Amino acid sequence: MNLGDIASVVRSKNAGPFVLTFDVLLPDIGSFEQLQAGGKLTRETVANAYGVSPNEILEFSFYPFANAVKFSLRRPIPSGAPDDTDVYGAQQHVPLMEIDVG
Amino acid sequence: MDITPPAREFRILSHGMLGYGFPQESLARAVDAGIDLIAVDAGSTDPGPYYLGSGRLFGARDMIIRDLFMLIDAQEATGAPIIIGSAGGAGTDVQVDQLLDALSEVLSERSLQKRVAVIRSEIDKETLQIALEEGRIRTFETGQDLTKADIDAACHIVAQIGPEPIMAALADKPDIVISGRAWDVANVAALPLKLGYPKGLAFHMGKILECGGQAALPVEGSDLLVGILSVDAFVVESPHARKVCTVESISAHTLYEKINPVRLPGPGGIVDLRAVQFEQIDPARVRVTGSEFEEAEVYTVKLEGARSVGYRHIAIGGIRDPRMIAQIDEIQTAIRARLMQNLEGRVAPDAYQLTIRRYGLDGVMGAMEPHQTPAHELGLLIDAVGDTPQIAETVCAMTRSLLLHWGYPGRVATAGNVAFPFSPADVPAGEVFEFNIYHLMELADPVAIFPHEILEMPR
Repeated sequence: MNLGDIASVVRSKNAGPFVLTFDVLLPDIGSFEQLQAGGKLTRETVANAYGVSPNEILEFSFYPFANAVKFSLRRPIPSGAPDDTDVYGAQQHVPLMEIDVG
Repeated sequence: MDITPPAREFRILSHGMLGYGFPQESLARAVDAGIDLIAVDAGSTDPGPYYLGSGRLFGARDMIIRDLFMLIDAQEATGAPIIIGSAGGAGTDVQVDQLLDALSEVLSERSLQKRVAVIRSEIDKETLQIALEEGRIRTFETGQDLTKADIDAACHIVAQIGPEPIMAALADKPDIVISGRAWDVANVAALPLKLGYPKGLAFHMGKILECGGQAALPVEGSDLLVGILSVDAFVVESPHARKVCTVESISAHTLYEKINPVRLPGPGGIVDLRAVQFEQIDPARVRVTGSEFEEAEVYTVKLEGARSVGYRHIAIGGIRDPRMIAQIDEIQTAIRARLMQNLEGRVAPDAYQLTIRRYGLDGVMGAMEPHQTPAHELGLLIDAVGDTPQIAETVCAMTRSLLLHWGYPGRVATAGNVAFPFSPADVPAGEVFEFNIYHLMELADPVAIFPHEILEMPR
């Protein structure tokens, strides 16, 4: 099962012009705890999904108050600079959605 | 306009983006319930560096005027001051002037006279060079130190002001405050702080209200949001009859556009949300407690600057032939080499940057795209950025004609390779900018370099 099958929100967005931030929201505390315990969504698996090394993943963390997982990534190209593909950074979420979480 | 602390709770109406519009009925219900402050965000770095670099107004002027008419009418009905931050999109001086011009038009048409405080937050280069020499500039999310050359190259540099300059302006009892680039939280928090409400709650409420109705469900386009502040909590509610704020919608919004959702850095410190409690007090409203503020030892403001990197010319076309799609990488490499040969002696290779975007393959994610199987047709966007508009036009036109007629192995469609939907196929897309300053500047006084002036408007 992919993350997209169980999460209620999977999104990417700029956090300022130099950072992309990713949010995963689970529908309830049960699915959140199951995801955290499952060990399939980690700094390493998201790094792999985006083709970067785990130390490039910024502040990967589980947030129980929102049943959420969050991490950030420095943008390969700053927002709106020549060669950027996504000024708002809002369509970079799919590799995250496709991570197999069992 | 007199500012007096409300007897019990302080009601703030927030509009997350001037010019994006909101339902009339939301405003009407908010006005009926009573408003003590109308806080409006008018800008962001989100739309990219163009608005900072060019000083052009972000959003359609007509839509900004529409919103201003409705908000001014709400002020007439309630007496609430209006605070608008990040005027014009990036908050440059020229954008502040454009917003003042729009406001003047609205006030003239309504035959109203208003007292307007104007705060400018554009930083002149000399001030910044001195700060750099004095070691008051910190590297931030770019990982790059600021240089003298960055400052010289920037078209506009703005500082994201905190609530303090707005609080100073409010001392002169304006009806309306228009400020240059401002922390979005400051528009909401400045007046409550002046009245003595705690920073942690005022700032956290500002963070939730800054995107307007996005924290209420269902999200149906831009809308208003209401925050009700007391000394130990705040309540968030939608003024729209059919929309609700839930613990889920509010806590999810707390994550939005931030690296760390429980430690939010801003001018003067960090909003600390580690002990926050969200409580559903009725089906449509959420009460928030426990928001704290941690004062920084040294006050800093964020600087934003953009420099020009040239001019863009683009062409859009589609490829349907599977043989060509299968060889698109090789074809592009060959075309780039031929382009360079054809331009030799006329356009230097470092005078342009050519990007061929392939929608249906990796146009959205570029190098981060994990899937390498192309769709049955590819949308091509030829994107030429040159040192001059003429160079961009030349590179775009040459690339377009090379793509159209390139011979590749196995080609059967010898009449042309690309379907162009328009004549002309090539269009100029204006000046191109990039953010080149995104640093923190230490300030001994958060107000002194952001003075305000009072205008009686319309002038």
